Amino acid sequence: MAVAKDKAQPNAVQRPSADSSANGAAPAPDLSKDLQISAYRDMLLIRRFEEKAGQMYGMGLIGGFCHLYIGQEAVVVGMQMALKPGDQVITGYRDHGHMLACGMDPKGVMAELTGRTHGYSKGKGGSMHMFSAEKGFFGGHGIVGAQVPLGTGLAFANKYRGNDNVSLTYFGDGAANQGQVYESFNMAKLWKLPVVYIIENNQYAMGTSIARSSATTNLAKRGLSHDIAGEQVDGMDVRAVSAAAEKAVAWCRGGNGPIILEMLTYRYRGHSMSDPAKYRTREEVEKVRTDHDPIEQVRRRLLERKWVGEDDIKKIDAKIRDAVNEAAEFAINDPEPDPSELYTDVVR
Amino acid sequence: MPIEVLMPALSPTMEKGNLAKWLKSVGDTVKAGDVIAEIETDKATMEVEAVDEGTLGKILIPEGTADVAVNTPIAVILGEGENASDIKAAAPAKRTPVPDPATQQHVAESEPRVEETDAVKAPAATASSLPKPDAIELPEVPAGTEMVTMTMREALRDAMAEEMRSDDSVFVMGEEVAEYQGAYKVTQGLLQEFGPRRVVDTPITEHGFAGIGVGAALAGLKPIVEFMTFNFAMQAIDQILNSAAKTLYMSGGQMKSSVVFRGPNGAAARVAAQHSQDYSAWYSHIPGLTVIAPSNAADAKGLLKASIRSPNPVIFLENEILYGQSSPVPKLDDFVLPIGKARVARTGKDVTLVAFSIGMTYALKSADELAKLGIEAEVIDLRTLRPLDSDTVIASVKKTGRIVTIEEGWPQCGIGAEIAARVVAEAFDYLDAPPTRVAGKDVPMPYAANLEKLALPSVAEIVEAAKAVCYR
Repeated sequence: MAVAKDKAQPNAVQRPSADSSANGAAPAPDLSKDLQISAYRDMLLIRRFEEKAGQMYGMGLIGGFCHLYIGQEAVVVGMQMALKPGDQVITGYRDHGHMLACGMDPKGVMAELTGRTHGYSKGKGGSMHMFSAEKGFFGGHGIVGAQVPLGTGLAFANKYRGNDNVSLTYFGDGAANQGQVYESFNMAKLWKLPVVYIIENNQYAMGTSIARSSATTNLAKRGLSHDIAGEQVDGMDVRAVSAAAEKAVAWCRGGNGPIILEMLTYRYRGHSMSDPAKYRTREEVEKVRTDHDPIEQVRRRLLERKWVGEDDIKKIDAKIRDAVNEAAEFAINDPEPDPSELYTDVVR
Repeated sequence: MPIEVLMPALSPTMEKGNLAKWLKSVGDTVKAGDVIAEIETDKATMEVEAVDEGTLGKILIPEGTADVAVNTPIAVILGEGENASDIKAAAPAKRTPVPDPATQQHVAESEPRVEETDAVKAPAATASSLPKPDAIELPEVPAGTEMVTMTMREALRDAMAEEMRSDDSVFVMGEEVAEYQGAYKVTQGLLQEFGPRRVVDTPITEHGFAGIGVGAALAGLKPIVEFMTFNFAMQAIDQILNSAAKTLYMSGGQMKSSVVFRGPNGAAARVAAQHSQDYSAWYSHIPGLTVIAPSNAADAKGLLKASIRSPNPVIFLENEILYGQSSPVPKLDDFVLPIGKARVARTGKDVTLVAFSIGMTYALKSADELAKLGIEAEVIDLRTLRPLDSDTVIASVKKTGRIVTIEEGWPQCGIGAEIAARVVAEAFDYLDAPPTRVAGKDVPMPYAANLEKLALPSVAEIVEAAKAVCYR
């Protein structure tokens, strides 16, 4: 039964349903030329970085678990547009994209993936556990859903201090079924905490599709019993994400408490590097890549509007490829942590 | 320059696999992200995606080839303006030796444990250098300091209030801590003095509010998270271990979680198995945590203040039965005790009794009984369970040659087991008898009054154990 239901799910990428928010799913507002060019650059950096990370994993340079963000780039890049200094970002284990979007140095991120001295966590955290106090990135958490109370706690601190900063707390459709998420929703609403809960619904919790794991699949409505408004957003369109982000962040800054954004998105790769992805068809993945790729959408638009020429695109691509190669070279050649690091940072 | 595509690994342990299928042919255009081949092992299959763009110039390993070693070049991609004649010059992606785990293991094992090394070097204390018998004498308090008798409950409250007065980033959260004045009245009066911003009633949602506390700490606040009892902290143990204890390490020292988790721990009276567990050993197991279990009002105050100021996550284990017991507390403006220092509560030469929290009540009574039998027991109050003050224990054992540990928790992998292991390792030649443990019985806590009494350690058992190690 469950399997049949799963296979019956016709669309690879869900579209926001008409009743997903009070405003309905309006066509995505446009973004300026400059913002779209920078979005293209930021998303491409994540894409190329992740491809390189996947390649380096295959070469044995990266160990353990490695969860790639390929396909979901528009979500973090669009969300980041609404932030200001002092705002906080926290997410789960599929975190490389979030770190790059926060402005963390690709060299430091890649060196952490290879477990080297100048990785963001001195090689002691790895793919799933990276932080940057300077960039307001609070991890990088490996336990599904655990980042949700933590992100709510970041928002608690903002409210306690009386500033207007906002916590962006990301989690996936899988984590959306964890109990602590609802404990957090309850307290966030009760105390009017400035937290945007961003549910990155890439439709598969590891190998289990949302239809097979969730009694209700419209995750934007998961806050209803706590009176938290939610909206489904086309997470493959950076313009739609940015518009939703601006609205949600303003809502939080205005002291109105939490809000939920369900980003309808898709990951092209497996759950982790060792996932053969047999729970979905190649056609399904291919269709998303062809019709909805977040980067390709922007690239096409930039060219159609003659905002950039093919040469400009090539230049951007080359620059990003260089940056990623540089990060990889750095991460490969950076020394392993000194053995004495084994005993540091356990307690202060 | 042409680029070689290498045989990837599905996991760090994979050494070789089969090249099942080529999905691109020589001459095909390849874009980054295109699936070009499928590989398989006995466990799984995986797609090989191109990372580089260009034209598939040559297939080096035909499909259907078995046991292709990881990192073997399997194809060559040609860039713009390159052709097949360039293939000889193909640049394999740089290969760096993967760290040898065996070497690392060796380094780890040869690294001496600091506390053990120090313990061995610590000079054995002589009887004359040790404090005189006095259950609550505090070596840290200047002579002549005025003492005020108060309950442990009041001492804990005063500690929190003092720290909240001096640091606005300190706040208390938990179930019934504000309006109700604390389920065990430990937070009495705090709401009235500090208001609801800093004394926060939570819903009954331990996992959630423990996580919110840790998140607030990551953002730089200093939360005191009260668990109504530590039994309920089981709901939150993932946040305590995975989020609070490990984050400093996992962030390479960037993120601190200065948070105190406190509340009553262990057996109260007649509340049976689910409400009577001692978690001392559980939390003591975890690197990154500080674990404290005071036995009297002065220690409770001085150590709670130290815990609130600590940059590390602290598990502060109180005891419901001790809350109402009074003892003298030094009247000082800012009485803070050092974390990680045990206290010799009574000196003796014949046997060392080591205890903490309510175990000290049994230990001191037992010492009185033993004195009547002519056995002079030295009683050590551990106060901090992690980091454990081995030095003080070892110094005492070197003097007495005998040790009995006392705890209400279960014996297996308990605090007593840890102390026995350290004593055997560090003072073996000084021992005149095997280290002996008196612990809670190896059963869930029963409800019936007589059975509950049997399940807990007793003075009689401690006296018997002490006599046994003294061969009396």
